[in-house]
Amino acid sequence: MAAAEPQPRTLISATQLNRPMGRLVYWTVLVLVVGGFTLVFLGPLYWLVTGGLKSTAEVIQNPPTLIPAHPRPSTYSEAWSKLGLGRLLFNTLYYAFGALLLQLVFDVAAAYALSKLRPVLGNLILGMMLATLMIPSAVLIVPQYLTVLDLPVLHLNLINTPWAIWLPTVANAFNIFLLKRFFDSIPEELLAAAAIDGAGPLRTLRSIVLPMSRPILGVVAIFAVVNVWKDFLWPMLVEPDPRHQPLNIGINSLATGVPQNVVIAALAIASAPTIVFFLIFQRSIMSGLTSGGLKG
Amino acid sequence: MAAITASRARGRPRTAARSRRGLKLRQNLTAHAFLFGALVSFGLFTWYPMVREVVMSFQRTKRGRTSWVGLDNLRRIVHDPAFWHAWGNTLRFTLLALVLGFALPFLIAVLLNELRHARAYLRVLVYLPVMLPPVAGVLLFKYCYDPNYGLFDHLLRALHLPTSAWLNSPGSAMLSVVIAATWMNMGGATLIYLAALQGIPGELYEAAELDGAGLLRKVWHVTIPQTRLILSLLLLLQLVATMQVFVEPYLLTGGDGPQDSTLTVVNLVYQYAFNFGNYGSAAALGLVMLLVLAGFSALYVRLSRAED
Repeated sequence: MAAAEPQPRTLISATQLNRPMGRLVYWTVLVLVVGGFTLVFLGPLYWLVTGGLKSTAEVIQNPPTLIPAHPRPSTYSEAWSKLGLGRLLFNTLYYAFGALLLQLVFDVAAAYALSKLRPVLGNLILGMMLATLMIPSAVLIVPQYLTVLDLPVLHLNLINTPWAIWLPTVANAFNIFLLKRFFDSIPEELLAAAAIDGAGPLRTLRSIVLPMSRPILGVVAIFAVVNVWKDFLWPMLVEPDPRHQPLNIGINSLATGVPQNVVIAALAIASAPTIVFFLIFQRSIMSGLTSGGLKG
Repeated sequence: MAAITASRARGRPRTAARSRRGLKLRQNLTAHAFLFGALVSFGLFTWYPMVREVVMSFQRTKRGRTSWVGLDNLRRIVHDPAFWHAWGNTLRFTLLALVLGFALPFLIAVLLNELRHARAYLRVLVYLPVMLPPVAGVLLFKYCYDPNYGLFDHLLRALHLPTSAWLNSPGSAMLSVVIAATWMNMGGATLIYLAALQGIPGELYEAAELDGAGLLRKVWHVTIPQTRLILSLLLLLQLVATMQVFVEPYLLTGGDGPQDSTLTVVNLVYQYAFNFGNYGSAAALGLVMLLVLAGFSALYVRLSRAED
């Protein structure tokens, strides 16, 4: 448990808390909250991890057991091989990091152009990008699917290719807006100085703008990965081939014919990477969420 | 940049205009080269589909032949009883989700803001489910809801409370979906509220206390007014998001549930398009939804401008 932090004045005053009665209430509430939250938010994860160690009979036994009677780690390896989790995990990573790369390259370039190079019609383009934030994503699912099925002009079918997942992620008005606002705050004089030294726009972007933008790039990167990792409907539509499916879709479609303890073990394995990722990057994720997450 | 152009213009007055125009053109070309990737993606995946959505809603495709049918698609979907079902369910989901998913994070945030210990731990806990892959969260709940060996019924029985059929009865299926969705998604809202609460100046509470305000009155007269803008922004954002709910009902109940009790609008769009291959109806329904949500979105934009 963390030590008490210096606390700004909130609803309840320090004097109130320091009375014996206040203390009693405070500690009761604290214990209840910590216990209750652990149970509600961590309990299911505990159930997942231990459920994967139980036998089929024990998983569906009533009343349920708290601790597996005869822990069987072999269920995990069974889940890994039976559901082909290696393949699914690889696909998910492949989609997530491909999307991350494309978003970093193209959204940063676009935001830089709109913020610093100021092309003709730049404001109109930005406006049209931001307008897409108002369109509920579910509305466009059908025409987007048809676009992937038969790409205009080129007449390519992107179904079952990673491009079907990668390309649409670049059209992220929120990222571009976030990046543009950050780039706007970089002083013009710095860029002018670079231009006098003979740096072209690409050079300026690489050696001045990008190094100054690390925090915002981190936020964009984290959300790019998390979004692909969590997406369900779109990959279900565009990656029907089981060999190309990411975790979410693969586990769901394979879950029916497999014993439950194996499915639970698979879910535990599928959750582990995002949980670890979150624990490592929690500070950036939370600050990104509260700083940029609201203004759209 | 401007300085360079100017000195050049002084040096060679005759060609100044042309060279400036040339420079401008080159700059524009460079800028558009930087924009290229994003423009392609926006063009292909949001701008063009938007146009196509509108066009498709007036068309019907039969055996590979596309014809204009005017408002026929709209007429058809309105006469489909599933349309009213889906809207009714979606509104029910939205209302339930707002009561749970809007009020609960606020209460939790107020509570967490008062605690002086274990704050980092509690913050991480609340956000943990948001990071789970949806299939893990949803299947987890599916097992907990199971009428034979589910954890929830077991808990209710242990507390001598009546058990529930959860997902298997039309009366409780939607509520079960909402509970699962709330657990999975409320972390984000909680943290945003928490940040907003931390921005409230403490003197306001002190002033309220001098006026003799108790706990509830302080919440009512200080906390809520001070976070009103964030509250209303998140309310709108959640309205727009919850009305588009798809994954939870789809995974928990196969998309429609007992007697269509969890069939939502997006599920119906999905069924029209991908089960029946009726893109025209799907597009028409999508547009109806766009119109309904556009009002909320416009309000959101106005409010968030006001905040800036």
